Amino acid sequence: MAEAHAVAHEAPKGFIRKYIFSLDHKVIGIQYILLALAAVFVGMFLSLLMRLHLVWPNAKLPFFDVMTPEQYLALMTMHGTIMVFFVLTTAPQSGFGNYFLPIQIGAADMAFPTLNMLSFWFTFVSFAVMMAAFFVVGGAPISGWTAYPPLSAVGEIAGPGLGWGQSLWVISIAIFCGASLMGALNFITTTLDLRTKGMSLMRMPLTCWAWFVTAILALLGFAVLLAAGILLLLDRHAGTSFFVPGGLVITEKLIPHKGGSPLLWQHLFWFFGHPEVYIAILPGMGITSHILSTFARKPIFGYRAMVYAIFAIALLGLSVWGHHMFTSGMSPYSAFAFSLLTMSIGVPSAIKTFNWIGTLWGGQIRFTTPMLFAIGFVSLFVSGGLSGIFLAQPAVDLPLHDTYFVVGHFHLIMGVAAIFGMFGATYYWFSKMFGRQMSEFLGKLHFWPTFIGVYCIFMPMHFIGLAGHERRYPDTTAVQYLAALQPVHLFMTIAAIVTIAAQFIFVFNFFWSLWRGKKAEVNPWEATTLEWTVPSPPPHDNFAGRYPAVYRGPYEYGVPGAAKDFTPQHVPDGAGGAGSH
Amino acid sequence: MTGKAATQELEALDVGGTGAGTEWPWAPGGPDGSAVPQRVYVTGIFLALASILMFFTALTSAYLVRQGISTDWVPIELPAILWANTAVLLGSSATIERARRLLAEGRLEGFRRWWGFTTLLGLLFLVGQVLVWNELRAAGVYVATNPSSSFFYVLTAAHGVHLLGGVVALLYLGRWDESREHRAGRTTAAAATTVYWHFLGVIWVGVFLLLNLRG
Repeated sequence: MAEAHAVAHEAPKGFIRKYIFSLDHKVIGIQYILLALAAVFVGMFLSLLMRLHLVWPNAKLPFFDVMTPEQYLALMTMHGTIMVFFVLTTAPQSGFGNYFLPIQIGAADMAFPTLNMLSFWFTFVSFAVMMAAFFVVGGAPISGWTAYPPLSAVGEIAGPGLGWGQSLWVISIAIFCGASLMGALNFITTTLDLRTKGMSLMRMPLTCWAWFVTAILALLGFAVLLAAGILLLLDRHAGTSFFVPGGLVITEKLIPHKGGSPLLWQHLFWFFGHPEVYIAILPGMGITSHILSTFARKPIFGYRAMVYAIFAIALLGLSVWGHHMFTSGMSPYSAFAFSLLTMSIGVPSAIKTFNWIGTLWGGQIRFTTPMLFAIGFVSLFVSGGLSGIFLAQPAVDLPLHDTYFVVGHFHLIMGVAAIFGMFGATYYWFSKMFGRQMSEFLGKLHFWPTFIGVYCIFMPMHFIGLAGHERRYPDTTAVQYLAALQPVHLFMTIAAIVTIAAQFIFVFNFFWSLWRGKKAEVNPWEATTLEWTVPSPPPHDNFAGRYPAVYRGPYEYGVPGAAKDFTPQHVPDGAGGAGSH
Repeated sequence: MTGKAATQELEALDVGGTGAGTEWPWAPGGPDGSAVPQRVYVTGIFLALASILMFFTALTSAYLVRQGISTDWVPIELPAILWANTAVLLGSSATIERARRLLAEGRLEGFRRWWGFTTLLGLLFLVGQVLVWNELRAAGVYVATNPSSSFFYVLTAAHGVHLLGGVVALLYLGRWDESREHRAGRTTAAAATTVYWHFLGVIWVGVFLLLNLRG
């Protein structure tokens, strides 16, 4: 046993083993976060170019000269792909989850450290392959992040970027699927098998619950996307006809495929794609719950209800993929079923929102930067979620489908809300990860323009969508009925520039604090969970061989009769704890 | 930070109570000598199976949908070798089960023999599948010939790749060294491999039924 301990505790030596091919979940978590940080700046830059082009279609832009419609579509495709896969899937789950899941449940590492390393490097290779699509003949693909066939399946005859670019896209996504499957398996096993003494499932922080359920969704969803990707690759390179219909004529040339079904791709894609929305947002929900309870100095309102709501959202999320396909000509009966199931997701979502507000109600609120981002998350979740109920109804979705209304909806809820979760997590855990605190002043200076800015970008999209403005149009200045909406585009572009500029405050704060930030205490937020019992940053095996036992739930703040206004999980009753309650 | 410095820092903290410093709650000693309990390997393999099941379910549903909507579906004539391959794979499930039980009883010699049989049967199955592909190719049935042949190649290749992974695990464990501290790890690894192997047998039966009944 002693020998096994020695093996487990031995820290790696040498730069390569320690920082590059590390087996330590904390290093891997940071690697994921840095990868996502690089990806988010690429994705954001692409969106800036698109916004500039929409307002000044004849302006010369960096890398593009005057942008062609196809180039606009390539930017759109790559923006969506990079953001969804390499930011929203990567940072909240693989990044923060990797770092904090083992510590919060009292484990030395993930269950399979080698697999963990492999999943990061698969993700890295996947990102490199995706970026390579920019630099091949024809450039990046133009078929959107959903890669609908036949556009994505017939090759470059249908447009630039659909040759090599699209192939690299599919290969990259297939590699990403492999990485995500390895990661998901690791997360679930770790949660089930490596909890420390006393850490029952119902004593886990809600962050751990969120990562756990997200991993289940990833395990089921990415397997389906991998299957679909392989079929698409065969359609592209082996001449099969899974997705390409017969009799297709493109630029006066008859495509030799026959009999395939583009709808088949849509079913397979969205069976992954809708759970993917929850893969992006559930970790944010967990982090928000965690932060709200900490800074309201109150137990989370309805802990069990929160856990069941996460499961309900995940379960329903697996059965609503058809709501992305209302306009595909599906049977009205199917549409009705998908609609009903989709709207029922409102119930667990409302439970969560109610409980977040219940947590804040009557709390001794500390308006720290992470708290502001957590409250911002709740706001964005409500704003973005409500428009989802509109779109869940086929009769409303038919006219709104493929308009800016949808773009506004999913950016608020899946994009920005999830990113607020990441910002909250960064400001909350930075001190634990790097041993220094981020500047609160700069944090707040970052929060306000970001919060107001994202609303200014995405709320007007709902209105121009209602006015009939289609998405994916590269240039609307010459379209008569859209001309009146051009000033709105200008407003959104200015808002985007301001918001993007504000992100450099975050980047500055991040790197400045790494070296110059105030030295962090072990538990600066006076929080209760296990990560706040170990040094900042934690040692190689997290607990230096002295593993904690857990005696209580994760959110014992302000418990009447307790010695302090917080009782950490590892404190037994009668040792400065809350006593009976 | 070094482990020692971290320990000192932990000791200096006012963590209170007896929670800190309790014994490591798990039985250490995984196959790679790490301090994780044996059960993670069993949990892990079952999760992998769930994911693989989703993968084959996706392919199967694509098969049924594509067949249901098509006007161009021409069933392929399945080579007779497939029946022999099926028998070989099902037989290998029996031999691996026997090997696992022998290992659990500590009868290493018998374990090695039956584990070896299983490895040979696994390789035989793969060779048989290649023969099947060759026969189809000789008959002019390629991956793009017809949706039925496309799905035939995709399903058999996907299953074959998974089975190849199983054969690698069989070979690796068959060469496991005799040292004492690794014994517990081998039992677990053998159990996990056995579960995986049975599962691939079940998947194959599913694929084979699909190809026969809905060809």
